[in-house]
Formats: sequence, C-alpha cells, structure tokens
Amino acid sequence: MDTTITNILLVGVGGQGILLASEILSEAFMLAGFDVKKSEIHGMSQRGGSVVSHVRFGKEVFSPVVPEGQGDILFGFELLETYRYLSLLKPGATVVANDYKIAPPSILLGQAVYPQALPEKIKAKFPDFLLVDGQGLALKAGDVRAANTVMLGAVSKRLQIADGVWQQALEKMVPKKALEINLKAFAMGREL
Amino acid sequence: MKEILSGNEAIARGAYEAGCLVASAYPGTPSTEILENVINYKEINASWAPNEKVALEVAIGASFGGARALSCMKHVGVNVAADPLFTASYTGVKGGLVLIAADDPEMHSSQNEQDSRNYARFAKVPMLEPADSRECKEFTKLAFELSEQFDTPVMLRSCTRISHGKSVVELGERVCGLPEPKLVKDAPKLVMLPGNARVRHPLVEERTLKLSEYGDTAAINRMELKSGEIGVICAGVTYQYVREALPEASILKLGMVWPLPAKLIQEFASKVTQLFVVEELDPFIEDQVKAMGIACQGKELTTLCGELSPGRIQAAFAKAGIIKVAASDAIAVEPVPPRPPNMCPGCPHRGVFYQLNRANAYVTGDIGCYTLGFMPPLNAMDTCVCMGASISMGSGMVRALPPEEQKRVVAVIGDSTFLHTGINSLMEMAWNKAPATVIILDNRITAMTGRQENPASGFTLAGDETSEVNIPELCRVLGIKHVRVVDPYDLDATRLAIEEEMNRPEPSVIITNRPCCLIKGAGRFEKGKILEVDQGKCTGCKACLRIGCPAIEWKPNPDGNKGKAFIDPQLCTGCTVCQQLCKFNAIGGRK
Repeated sequence: MDTTITNILLVGVGGQGILLASEILSEAFMLAGFDVKKSEIHGMSQRGGSVVSHVRFGKEVFSPVVPEGQGDILFGFELLETYRYLSLLKPGATVVANDYKIAPPSILLGQAVYPQALPEKIKAKFPDFLLVDGQGLALKAGDVRAANTVMLGAVSKRLQIADGVWQQALEKMVPKKALEINLKAFAMGREL
Repeated sequence: MKEILSGNEAIARGAYEAGCLVASAYPGTPSTEILENVINYKEINASWAPNEKVALEVAIGASFGGARALSCMKHVGVNVAADPLFTASYTGVKGGLVLIAADDPEMHSSQNEQDSRNYARFAKVPMLEPADSRECKEFTKLAFELSEQFDTPVMLRSCTRISHGKSVVELGERVCGLPEPKLVKDAPKLVMLPGNARVRHPLVEERTLKLSEYGDTAAINRMELKSGEIGVICAGVTYQYVREALPEASILKLGMVWPLPAKLIQEFASKVTQLFVVEELDPFIEDQVKAMGIACQGKELTTLCGELSPGRIQAAFAKAGIIKVAASDAIAVEPVPPRPPNMCPGCPHRGVFYQLNRANAYVTGDIGCYTLGFMPPLNAMDTCVCMGASISMGSGMVRALPPEEQKRVVAVIGDSTFLHTGINSLMEMAWNKAPATVIILDNRITAMTGRQENPASGFTLAGDETSEVNIPELCRVLGIKHVRVVDPYDLDATRLAIEEEMNRPEPSVIITNRPCCLIKGAGRFEKGKILEVDQGKCTGCKACLRIGCPAIEWKPNPDGNKGKAFIDPQLCTGCTVCQQLCKFNAIGGRK
C-alpha cells in the first residue's frame, strides 16, 4: 500500500481567509479520492494573530497535525509568517508565498522593523520557491479579495490533481456571485 | 454521501442522526460550532443559554420530558455545569442525555487546561472519546443509545484538534420510531431528596461496573496487534499521533475512557512485553492501569502539560531509549517579531482601556476579547481568572484595601460574561456595599467565540427577534444606585465617567454602548468616515500609537529625522479615537 502522505501548511494572519483556502484544498483532495485531514486553531488566534492550518492527504492519514519537520509544501499568505514557519518543513520542500506584508504590533508601534529581504532568505533555504503577486493578479482577475484563489492556483500546479477536480471544489466552496472571478484568479495562479 | 466535516460539525450531525430533539449550550472555544451546526437541522430545538449550568439543565429537563437532548460546552464550562451534572448522574435519564466537553490542551484559547476525563470519574458517568470526525458522529449516536441503555448521562470528550480538525465522514439517516416525549411522574427517580438519593447511589455504582463490563467487549475499545514488544494504550487524537509516531507498536485504542475495560486491558497487557500509556494532560488511564496491578509507563515519558504530537511522542520514546529516530534535519530560521492577537481596528474597548491606564486603575478583568486589554501598549488589565470573576473579585479586593487604594479597583466585564455569571457578583457587590467600580463593555454580542447572540442582543441562535435584557435597568434592580451609560468612542466622556465613578465611595456601574465592529446587519455596527494622517501636520509625537490600533503604523524616517504615523485605509473604521488623541489636528477624514 502506498503510505505516502503529502503535508501542506497554510500560514498567515488571522482574517486573511486561510481557513477557506484550506477548506477548498481539502475538498479537492477528497473529490480526488484521497483520505484528508485538516487542523487549525480558531478563537483567540483569529484576532489578527499568527495562523497555521495543516492539510494532509494520502491513502490513509492519521494525525491531523503535520509532524514537525515533515511539511512538503508551505503556502504563505504573508511574508513574515511564511518565514516564521519554514522550520516546519522538510529540506527540499516547496514554498509558495504571497508577496504581501502585514506589520505585527511591535512593528506598528515602531519598536521593531519588518525584516528585510525575506524572499531572498527563503529562496536560500528552499530553492523551490515561488513568490506570487496575489493582490496584483487578483485585481486583474476583477477583485483584490481573490488573492487567495490566485495563490491556490499557484499551489495547485504542484499537486497531482486534475483540473476538473479543482473547478468542482471551487464551485462547491465559493459563493456563486464570486465564482467567475475566482475561477479566473485560479487560472492565473495556475499559469505561474 | 461523504463530506469533510470538522469534529464539531460531525457531533452536530451525530445528534441529528440520533434523533436528538433539544440542544442547549453556551459558546466556548473549541466547542462553539457544535450548536451553530445543530441549528441547521430544523428537527432539533437548539438555543444558546446564558451559561453552561443553565444549558445542561435545559437538556436535563428535555431528557426528563422524554426527548433525546444534547448540551455542549468547553472544558471550563463543565465547572459551571458541575452542580446539575453530579445529581443528574443519580437521577439518570428518560430520553438520552449527552454532554459534550471540549478540552483545550495547550490552551490555544483558554485560561487553563483541565482534563475533563476527571469529571466523568468524579460524577460517575461514562465518557466516550472520539479520535476523528467519523468517530465524533458515530460516538455521539452511540452516546445517546448508551445513555438510555444504562440510564445515565453520557459525556463525550473532544479537544481542540478533534473539534477543529476536519476529516471525511459518511453521512447517515436520522433514526425514527423513538418514543414520543411525554410527562411521566417518577418521583423516586427524579426527586433527589436524601431518601430517594440514597436508593439511587448504589445503582450508580452498579451501573459503573456494568459499563466497565460493556467496555470489555464493545467495538469502540479495540486492540490493533502488531509488535509483541511494545504495546500502547491510548484514546482520542493521541491514538492518531501514536499510529504515526510508533507504526510498529500494538495499540489498545479506547473509545470509552471512563469506566475502563479492566479485562480487556489485562488481556492487552498480557500480549506485549512493555506496556505504555500515552495520553495528553493527566495520567488518567495510567493511574487506573497501575491500580489494577499492571506495570506500565506513562508520564515518565510524556508531559503533563500541553498537547502531544507525533514528533513529541517519538522524541519521548527515543529519549527513553525505546525507539531510535533519525536526527532531525529541520531548517533553523532567525527569530522574527511575534504576532500576538490584538483587538480589531475600531474595537469599542480600546478607548476604555486607554483611559483606565491613564486613571491608574487596578483592573480586575474577565473572559472575552477585552482580556487583550492587558497587552501593551494598553496594559490595563491586572487579573483574569474565570467567567464573572471580575466583579466579585473587585468586590472582595476593596475590602482588603485602604480607602485610597480602594478607589483604584475597577472591574471590567463584557455583556455576555456579565449575563453568564456576573449578575450574581453584582448583586453581591450592591448588597454588601463594596465601593468598587464596574464597567460593562456592552458590545451587544458574544464576540470572542465568533459573535454569538446573547440574552441582551435581541436575537436567538436561530436569528429570530426576541426579548432583550435591559442591562442598565438590570443593574439598578440589583441595587446599584449609580448607573451611567457612556459612548466609548468619546474619550473625554469616557475619562470623566471613569474618574467620577472611581472617586465615588459607593458601588457604581458604567456601561459602554458601542457594538462590536464585526457584527454585520442593519442597525448594528456602522463605519465612520475613514481617517488619514496629514503628513504635513504630523510631528511624530506617537500619541496615536498609545492605543495600539492595528490600522496605525509608525514609519521611521530613513534619513534619521523623526518618523510619522500612517493609517491603513483598508483597516480604519473611522472610530475617531486616534483623532481625539492628536494634539496637532493631524488626523482627519480621508479626502
């Protein structure tokens, strides 16, 4: 039996829509016939705090949490958070990050500065790194709020799942009035 | 049909499939979404209660009326509901009665990490513990059946990783043909006076023995035999971690964690050379296995504090020399600034904490979003223990202090928490004339857990309009003579109210009247005019930073001159609190 489990981590800031993105991913893996588990924390961490969602798929998945140092793909919605969670990955893992910054409290208050050159630092540790202009491409697709869907498109290319399955998952999870823009945003991400 | 459900969604589905008719809960992470999903099944009468004790009593009443009934709460909620729980154990049930307790190991969103399994043993009621969403649904259904079969409330223990983890679940149909609810007089069973209760207690003890025997052969307790060398007893999410961390180990997976199946444990122990118990938090299973006279190792290896994980279990077994693991090749990163949670931009609590800080108040706090008022730069909360404790602790604190210090004591509590267990505290404070000041931050919602309605919000769980508690009037009838309502976006009025009431040597209450800025819907939160900083007028004095609003960012000047403040127009809600702090009129409406 193929016991391979693919471990995906979605990281960012509470309020960025990470939970919906991880729901869409999970839905797609289930539709593609895999066992799926997903885990994240709600509540306190939603108030603008750091958020991590774990999504795992394979023939049979046990732990809902990605074992330390076993992440295959890091899907970062914000640069500082992307960098913070690199330690969850295995060497050679894939990193897809949105080129977007949100300052945490200490930086807003002028007590710290936003670390410089994060994309370069990430690339040095993980050569399979894709930096995506999520907001810019989403705006082209018709709505800046579709940035996460652009990112999903970019991540989707690194997963062996058929086009139709992604479309089905988006149709199920995205509100009807926003579907067209999101499908477009997804396609733009997938071309990267 | 298959769906990916969270543990909470699956528990709700399980209640539906089990034919549950009544459900009652008070929101609390990680349990909240159970009832928010139950309400989607129109066959179930589901509602929020003001607190967990009331929620469980609503469910007990429904059970005595013959219905299958559900109550849900977080672990600390069971403390509040413990009173009815312990006696409902004696009465037993009419319709099946299930209590969900959702624990929070690692305290992702809690003030302690108490282990609810102790309650099952203490109250002498059985407890099931599911290990994924599929089991959440199946065990919830089974819990209703066991409740009726053994005439007992049944607890089901979840935890954050189960409640908020998602996995694939096969949906089933709702059972039909359950007895119709009706009134049946049955005083010897349902009136727990000493004479009746003395008859019931031996039945409870007998029931526990029968349940233990049931557990010896029940399918939810199962052996997975592999290695004869290492055997592990585990339950719940820990089972998943052990499967992954110790793939060669034999496992006894317990679906019922109280009472334990003594014979099955003995049988499993006899099949392995080394026996281990792996469990989060307390050595609950381990202590009992040892009391059975069976040698095992448990907390010698794993921690009493926080969550386990596959990695933590592997590391513990490797450290004890039981297994070998490859050296970690995880990649180290430089430390980066932390990102703690924060009050939202436009949060009506912010200005209140700013003024409390300036007034040098000693703030007895409470449980809610506003607990974040303890963080810098507001630094305006000094205690937080449990729901409702702010007022009673303030009331007690002033009794211990000299008059000058008494003035500084201000209790801060939210509307939902006040209605949960703060009312009794305020009654005590008025009755015993404790000269503390209370601030009720009425944002018209239970915000922290994700905006649930409460008895003062005017709506039910189903979204129907209903009566709403008039909080100022309630305070007056409790005996508080000095009750005033203030707009927390008006910094001067807020400061004046706080100063005057702190100086008043009598009990007094200040109520703030702005809704949570995340509440959607007409007549609730409305954005003001979005603000911006006039860069010509900004002197870089940093006064506006003192409220810690996430919409305001300090930008240092690269050429060494003073930096300036900026407002993110995407985040600003136009609450004007920062504008009132600017002495240079640099903050105004965005052009």
